[in-house]
Amino acid sequence: MKSAALLLTIFTFCSTAQSQQILIGSKKFTESYVLGEIAKTALQRAGFTVEHKPGMGGTIILWQALRGRGISLYPEYTGTIAEEILKTKQPLSTDGMRALLRQEGVGMTGELGFNNTYALVMRRNRAAELGIQKISDLRNHPELNIGVTHEFLDRQDGWAPLSARYGLQTRNVRGIDHALGYAALAAGSIDLKDAYSTDAKIAENDLIVLNDDLHFFPQYKAVFLYRLDLDQRAVATLEKLAGTLDETRMTRLNAEAERTKNYASAAALYFGEKPKGEAADLAGKIGRWTWRHLELVGTSLLLAIVIGIPLGIRAGRPGPVSDFILAATGVIQTIPSLALLALLVPLPFFGISPVTAIFALFLYSLLPIVRNTATGLQDIPTAVRESAAALGLEPQAQLWKVFLPLASRTILAGVKTSAIINVGTATLAALIGVGGLGEPIISGLNLNDYSTILQGAIPAAVLALLVQFVFDELDRLIIPRGLRLKL
Amino acid sequence: MIELESVSRKFGGTTALHETDLCFAAGRTTVLIGPSGCGKSTILRLIIGLLEPTTGMVKIEGQPVSASNVLSLRRRIGYVIQEGGLFAHLTAAQNVLLMAKHLNQPAGQMQTRLRELCELSHFPENALTRYPVELSGGQRQRVSLMRALMLQPSVLLLDEPLGALDPMVRARLQDELKEIFQRLQQTIVLVTHDMAEAAFFADLIVLLNEGRVVQSGTLDDLRVRPSSGFVRDFLHAQRGLAAI
Repeated sequence: MKSAALLLTIFTFCSTAQSQQILIGSKKFTESYVLGEIAKTALQRAGFTVEHKPGMGGTIILWQALRGRGISLYPEYTGTIAEEILKTKQPLSTDGMRALLRQEGVGMTGELGFNNTYALVMRRNRAAELGIQKISDLRNHPELNIGVTHEFLDRQDGWAPLSARYGLQTRNVRGIDHALGYAALAAGSIDLKDAYSTDAKIAENDLIVLNDDLHFFPQYKAVFLYRLDLDQRAVATLEKLAGTLDETRMTRLNAEAERTKNYASAAALYFGEKPKGEAADLAGKIGRWTWRHLELVGTSLLLAIVIGIPLGIRAGRPGPVSDFILAATGVIQTIPSLALLALLVPLPFFGISPVTAIFALFLYSLLPIVRNTATGLQDIPTAVRESAAALGLEPQAQLWKVFLPLASRTILAGVKTSAIINVGTATLAALIGVGGLGEPIISGLNLNDYSTILQGAIPAAVLALLVQFVFDELDRLIIPRGLRLKL
Repeated sequence: MIELESVSRKFGGTTALHETDLCFAAGRTTVLIGPSGCGKSTILRLIIGLLEPTTGMVKIEGQPVSASNVLSLRRRIGYVIQEGGLFAHLTAAQNVLLMAKHLNQPAGQMQTRLRELCELSHFPENALTRYPVELSGGQRQRVSLMRALMLQPSVLLLDEPLGALDPMVRARLQDELKEIFQRLQQTIVLVTHDMAEAAFFADLIVLLNEGRVVQSGTLDDLRVRPSSGFVRDFLHAQRGLAAI
């Protein structure tokens, strides 16, 4: 317990030390990464110390991080601010929007220029074949396979209101990840998906944008949202970016980022410089990701063992308390990681920090440990239980000298399961910008770039195998020989 | 001496033992016998405090068993059960010495006692480092007996100690056990469902049925003066007794 508390203190200390500098967040798609890099470069040139935490999940996480001082600024779109953040029913003027944001302690820069609204896209030849040019043409094709992002599926300006406005009767609509959706579109397994109007993939994949003939989609002008306590000079620097990016330029920067797999070089292009390749120290990067991954897994697993085994011991005695412990740890397991993070980030102690990721991983690691400890203890035959008691051992001594050693194999199997699952789940840390091997996996998914995905996925798989190996060795050390003999 | 004063035990709605008064004389061997579920094992569990009586009181050497003295009483009672109840993660020697080590007995004294017990229970010393899975059924029961006797208890409780053994081993262990009982002169309570075994060991046989004592006495008492039809039927069901 003591060492866990110490680690938490260290992490808290690290995050306060970092708040001296300007922290930029961005959402997990190319354009947001690029805008984040542009702001970073502009602020660095103005003499600020800046860090960019790219690809931090969705709107809710970034908004909560901004309000909770986890980040100082991030790029956002006016449509999202109105619909998702302020949740207003009436159309808002820019000044009205500013006034409402001010109440939350947040400022908004002038519009950067381009309008990145949602768009529906199809393959050019498929659209021609069906004679589809505008969204209202979809009324005649209820059989189309539609795959839209999960966010679009649920948005107030998303699929359901759009279908209602256009009177669409489409039958096959499902949610699919944005980057994977392009692959599905190319393979023909879906006919239509949502996209952003400045998406570089539109030109790259020879897609057409369906004409929004009923003007359903709201304006999505890019701006930066910043904390009102941000340095005034920094705000002035950001304001200078306003009106400098039209659709064509933004699309070109997005294409550059996807071509080079390098957001900094796209930002350099914005500043009129020849993009210079960042020293490709791949081994060093993988090393850093892996080390951070191990820190997250190690700390959360240690916490889960220290707290999970006593909980499991309690849950090994049947009754309402044990039912509650097992049910609660089970329910935690069913919460999707992005949802759990969205719940934790707004809480005072957590925010955008390794502590949040570690706590989430700790929660996910509990179930196998608690359940296996409880099962291991419950499976001890009554005859053995009674023998231990009849010898005159105190209950504590019965537990330590007899029951726990007898259950050690099952308990250790639970810890092993937790550790392996944890190595996989720890990729979620990248969603709140904490790093680890999830960082290349998520940015690779967004770039549709398999080699970047593999830079994270292969070390993660190797790590999982390594964990398995280490625990197999531990079995030999911890499980008493008498339990390992097979005759 | 062990006394049960108006002791009964209920599990939920069912009564495992109706109000019973029983006395187990010091230095004598008493055998509890009866069909499955008659309450014989319940009595052993009540004596060693694994169960608390619903009514009444259990006294060991005049001392009532209570939560405050149950641990020290248990350390003066040996308890052997059918499958041995050995701890699979400990070797034979570790099983026998577990409690003595827990009480920080001097190592030399423990080793001396261990050798005595091996000799007493005919257990080969070179098998002491084996784990329970590596021992035969008979050897496991010997280890279980050694463990029960380690702290030189004044009372020995045995719950069908030979029930799981094949007939040859069983007969040999019966002989050895009787010899041990005679040497140690402890207060012994043994549970069995086999009348021949009961007659072989017992100074006093207590026959139980459905949670009540039906009759107590020697085998001859039961045979010649059965107190009820049940006693007659129970003896009749144990074929081959005529030879004894």
